[in-house]
Amino acid sequence: MTAEIGQFSLVLALFVALLQGIVPLVGAYRQNASLMNFASSASLVQFLATTVAFIALTVAYVSSDFSVLNVVKNSHSLKPMLYKISGVWGNHEGSLLLWVWILALFGFAVAAFGRNLPGSLKARVLAIQGLIGVGFLLFVLFTSNPFERIDPAPFDGKGLNPLLQDPGLAFHPPFLYLGYVGLSITFSFAIAALIEGKVDPAWARWVRPWTLAAWGFLTIGIALGSWWAYYELGWGGWWFWDPVENASFMPWLVATALLHSAIVVEKRDTLKNWTILLAIIAFSFSLLGTFLVRSGVLNSVHAFATDPARGVFILGFLIVVIGGSLLLYGLRAPAMKGGGLFAPISREGALVLNNLLLSTATATVLLGTLYPIFLDAVSGAKVSVGPPFFNSTFLPLAIPLVIAIAVGPLLPWKRGDLKGALSRLKLAAFSALVIMGISWWLAEEAPILAYAGMALFAWLLVGSLVEWADRIKLFRIPLAKSWSRLKNLPRSAHGMTLAHIGVAMVVLGITASEAWQSERLGVMRPGESVTVGGYEFRFDGAEELKGPNYDYLQGSFTVFKDGDEVVQLTPEQRVYTTPPMETTEAAIWPMLSADLYAVVGEEDGKGGFATRIYHKPFISWIWIGSIVMFIGGAFSLSDRRFRVGAARKKKAMPVAQSPVAGV
Amino acid sequence: MTRKRRRLYFVLAGMSVLGLAAALVLMSFEDSLVFFRSPSDLAENPIPAGRTFRLGGLVAEGSVVKDGVEIRFVVTDLAETVPVRFRGLVPDLFREGQGVVTEGRMDENGVFIASNVLAKHDENYMPPEVAESLKEAGHWQDGKEAEASD
Repeated sequence: MTAEIGQFSLVLALFVALLQGIVPLVGAYRQNASLMNFASSASLVQFLATTVAFIALTVAYVSSDFSVLNVVKNSHSLKPMLYKISGVWGNHEGSLLLWVWILALFGFAVAAFGRNLPGSLKARVLAIQGLIGVGFLLFVLFTSNPFERIDPAPFDGKGLNPLLQDPGLAFHPPFLYLGYVGLSITFSFAIAALIEGKVDPAWARWVRPWTLAAWGFLTIGIALGSWWAYYELGWGGWWFWDPVENASFMPWLVATALLHSAIVVEKRDTLKNWTILLAIIAFSFSLLGTFLVRSGVLNSVHAFATDPARGVFILGFLIVVIGGSLLLYGLRAPAMKGGGLFAPISREGALVLNNLLLSTATATVLLGTLYPIFLDAVSGAKVSVGPPFFNSTFLPLAIPLVIAIAVGPLLPWKRGDLKGALSRLKLAAFSALVIMGISWWLAEEAPILAYAGMALFAWLLVGSLVEWADRIKLFRIPLAKSWSRLKNLPRSAHGMTLAHIGVAMVVLGITASEAWQSERLGVMRPGESVTVGGYEFRFDGAEELKGPNYDYLQGSFTVFKDGDEVVQLTPEQRVYTTPPMETTEAAIWPMLSADLYAVVGEEDGKGGFATRIYHKPFISWIWIGSIVMFIGGAFSLSDRRFRVGAARKKKAMPVAQSPVAGV
Repeated sequence: MTRKRRRLYFVLAGMSVLGLAAALVLMSFEDSLVFFRSPSDLAENPIPAGRTFRLGGLVAEGSVVKDGVEIRFVVTDLAETVPVRFRGLVPDLFREGQGVVTEGRMDENGVFIASNVLAKHDENYMPPEVAESLKEAGHWQDGKEAEASD
């Protein structure tokens, strides 16, 4: 029964979304308030209907209803409850249902929180949101129905791919989708603004929180994905410039650019057309990412068995959305009143530089990602573009970006003084030199890029702290006064500082772990020891054991530092039964200064075991830094709520006079 | 500073960043494009030793020899074969009769020295290049694959 309820709800949602996509547009065109208000009710109904569908599928998974094909293919009665639930979105059909649900949730959120939006803008935003919903609901219902029945029902399911039975991956797709779909809101705002023919600072204030939220979720989603690759694949790597990774990285880059250009629109009422274009591109990249992952055009570690019909549908959808929105942009953008120009050396100038570097970097990533597909289509030649390409194109663009991040916040709006800003960065430059000296002195010799990376870390960290300390006049006025300044500082200022510090931490993690990683690969017999990165790893042997739904070989290492025991590492080699598959479970001991990483492999027949041991300095800073970036975003977001509250208070008084006028 | 000149500065800045990016792309494209070859392709057009490329096909039955952390096996498309040597732990899904993609270069003796053996997430998954090269070699059994992926 539940499957039919889910199916029915999806069809209902489709029809509601269709109405939501048409009626409010007509209403906004005719300035008919009741037609415009239909958008809000429709978005509520669409949200409820998709929620019912999502719950229906979850119930089917939790109760192991093997008359539903999707459950048979991806679940098993013996699977732990967490993975029964995460199995709902651990497959193609379910993940699209999750996508549709989040889309409806965000549409509803715009309707609920956007009470102070001008009526026509809100109606148009929700209508665009409805049209996107139509596209995805059609996709789900016609090519990827999660509620398909199977008759006769088998006794048990095929199980979820064991690599995916993992807490990191259970939450990786939802966060990524929250980010992808969050960008649909900024897209809808951009399209609505093009239809209205008006972009003003107020528009930017509505767009920014959605961009921030989407950006924050993408940050966490990407970090979770790379963390999973790091500990689950057992290769010690965390980022492979794999096309599917790039597919999530490109929207993140564009969202980062959008985040910053929206500030310029908000504060200086300029850079409008560019911001609109970024909003369109950001969501286009979300769709492109979905297309690349779901169509199987790419050969990648993520390439699950896929279906070409789905690829054709998404490609068509992609063309309609991107083509249509760019056409609209081409028609309407020139008519939009642009703001004035401004001095190159100024806060807005720095933000333009940020946008320039980010979008160029995105373009190189896009080129490297799509070139193999293009070449295959044109000449049939199979090529792949590997990390060397991305390292030699992306890094040279990222380095000036990181340098500029420290400078930008020190420049005032309108007209800045580069000399003044640089003189305030003396401390940062000094720390950069010091840390270069320290890493040259303490660590083994490394490529010049490694020292540059360390310098960038110190430069950005100290530069951001200096800017923050200047704002609260730390140590220049009594501490109590600094404290009160700190409390009065807008939360977005703290958010920016935190996010930039997060970037610095990621830079440190990447640099140190790439440059000073030590690795040892070899056969070890029980009792043997090796020293890697100053730690002594003693192999104590390995034994065959039985887990809940797998058998495994467990190796055991005792790690010593200067003769003292640090930790026991127990890597595993698992063999799952449903589906039959082997996985490597690396044993990792994360510390702030380094991760110890051990993998055990097969026996060589002579009592030895293949082992691989890594010492990766500062690698956990990559993920800690990502979390700090996310917290920074969340801080800025909470600032915005404060502002909306203030706007509402002001509005509360004249509301009786003109209810339609809006803000 | 006049309006015109300011605009000029921005245009110049934009062009120089784009120019830089284009130069970087062109410089690195040459070296970092990695071509895919099947054993039959190699038999027809040998690739000189030392050039990095990807070799894909099936791991020949009975060919895997492990010696400590070194593994030797034969990649086949059921028409031609290439011996491969790899130092390291092979991915979880590596086994005889399965599709495999390896990255590396040929040595002087015609042995492919793999620096990387690519893993797949799914045991039913066949790398598209491998599937295609098997089809070309005339050994693709759609029926068998359909059964396996059902």
